[in-house]
Amino acid sequence: MKEQSLNIERRSATTTPSPGVRHTVEVAKLIDISKCIGCKACQAACMEWNDIRDKIGTCEGTYANPADLSAGSWTVMRYAEVETKDGRLEWLMRKDGCMHCADPGCLKSCPAPGAIVQHSNGIVNFQQENCTGCGYCITGCPFNIPRLSPDDHKAYKCTLCSDRIATGMEPACAKACPTGAIMFGSKKAMLHHAEGRITDLKERGYRQAGLYNPAGVGGTHVMYVLPHADTPELYSGLAKDPQLSTLVLFWKGIAKPLMGYSLGLAVLTGIFHYVTVGPNEADEDETEE
Amino acid sequence: MQVTRRQFCKICAAGLGGSSLGVMGYSPDEVLAQAHAFKLSRATETRSNCPYCSVSCGVLIYSLGDNAKNAKSEIIHLEGDPDNPVNRGTLCPKGAGLLDMIQSPNRLNYPEVREPGSNEWKRISWDQAFTRIAAHMKADRDTNFVTENSTGLKVNRWPTVGFLASSSAFNEVGYISHKILRGLGVVTIDTQARI
Repeated sequence: MKEQSLNIERRSATTTPSPGVRHTVEVAKLIDISKCIGCKACQAACMEWNDIRDKIGTCEGTYANPADLSAGSWTVMRYAEVETKDGRLEWLMRKDGCMHCADPGCLKSCPAPGAIVQHSNGIVNFQQENCTGCGYCITGCPFNIPRLSPDDHKAYKCTLCSDRIATGMEPACAKACPTGAIMFGSKKAMLHHAEGRITDLKERGYRQAGLYNPAGVGGTHVMYVLPHADTPELYSGLAKDPQLSTLVLFWKGIAKPLMGYSLGLAVLTGIFHYVTVGPNEADEDETEE
Repeated sequence: MQVTRRQFCKICAAGLGGSSLGVMGYSPDEVLAQAHAFKLSRATETRSNCPYCSVSCGVLIYSLGDNAKNAKSEIIHLEGDPDNPVNRGTLCPKGAGLLDMIQSPNRLNYPEVREPGSNEWKRISWDQAFTRIAAHMKADRDTNFVTENSTGLKVNRWPTVGFLASSSAFNEVGYISHKILRGLGVVTIDTQARI
């Protein structure tokens, strides 16, 4: 048996159930946007821990560096200059990366058995050795996070440092964050911490402050405290109400089991036909050709 | 083996059907997957300081091997020291990326000297470096040392040399630095921690 350091809750393209007796603590990362100074220590720590080094890119007009997520950059700071409703100019920063949804669109759309797994503590992880590089996870993700590597044609994204969490440590980004904008703990503790932060922000005049833990994907294991929670789009296009794609739900939810049953039915019909009617005799002259 | 066209078609159909069943998820696969192995399990952990700025955050340096005689060490990872009261485990982006500075090909690993009039850096040994520094210090001190001030009061001043102390120096190192420098008569002492 392979060594197993985290329990598997769900596995892509697999019908056999996962072992589900052990219940582990659900973990979460809370990103408090109001405390973030955009220093990118999280990016540096992520690259260092995960042994990934992205290519040097070009400036796209903001402080974002690199300009977008890639197979070599699993987290990217995004910067947006926006005018708020009350006419103020605000510089809004957001640490972009995998949200580790409770109902992951990537896992549902993945056709490769075991290429995407969900651990019982909430982490959604890509197993590159099982990945076929089809890119369906990118289509299925409501946050546009996974990226295919041009080098090995496999999909990569944030692992929530599953290797660290498996040994009881915190993710590299959360540990490095010098302002404490990234917090890590049990999901329960993070929800509690967020409550305190939101109360504080509301007292300071951010009446729309709130938690970003979207129900459309069953809640996430990376949550944001947003000073403008009523308009998450301000934060470099954070989805207001992320939903799993209807196409994914149809093909993987309804069409796939239906196809499985019809396939089985076809085989059964074939056997039944063979037993009752018998094989179709070939003509003598056709065989001689 | 003689295979008729009809038999060939049958074999193909059976193969396709079988593999389709596997693809549709009917193959009982092991429901197992492993988080990546933790890379620091038995690495050597060393406490140090970040050399970048005067905040001097504590860092933990992880290196290959357990210092056994035949194991050549190599730094593989670095992160904040949670027991250091300065940063309590956090690091800034430069500190978090220290590993690349340690392994940089541009890093200075040994003393070098550029002689007056020369435009080339020459590699020298640590012994040569210390001797050279001491000789320069002595020559300068012998020339410029002040023993009396304008009112004739006896003083111990070496006004032509200043000293910039390290910000990573802890109290004991600071005490020793101060004793040595004041003993030599150095008046201008500052530390990077003040910048």
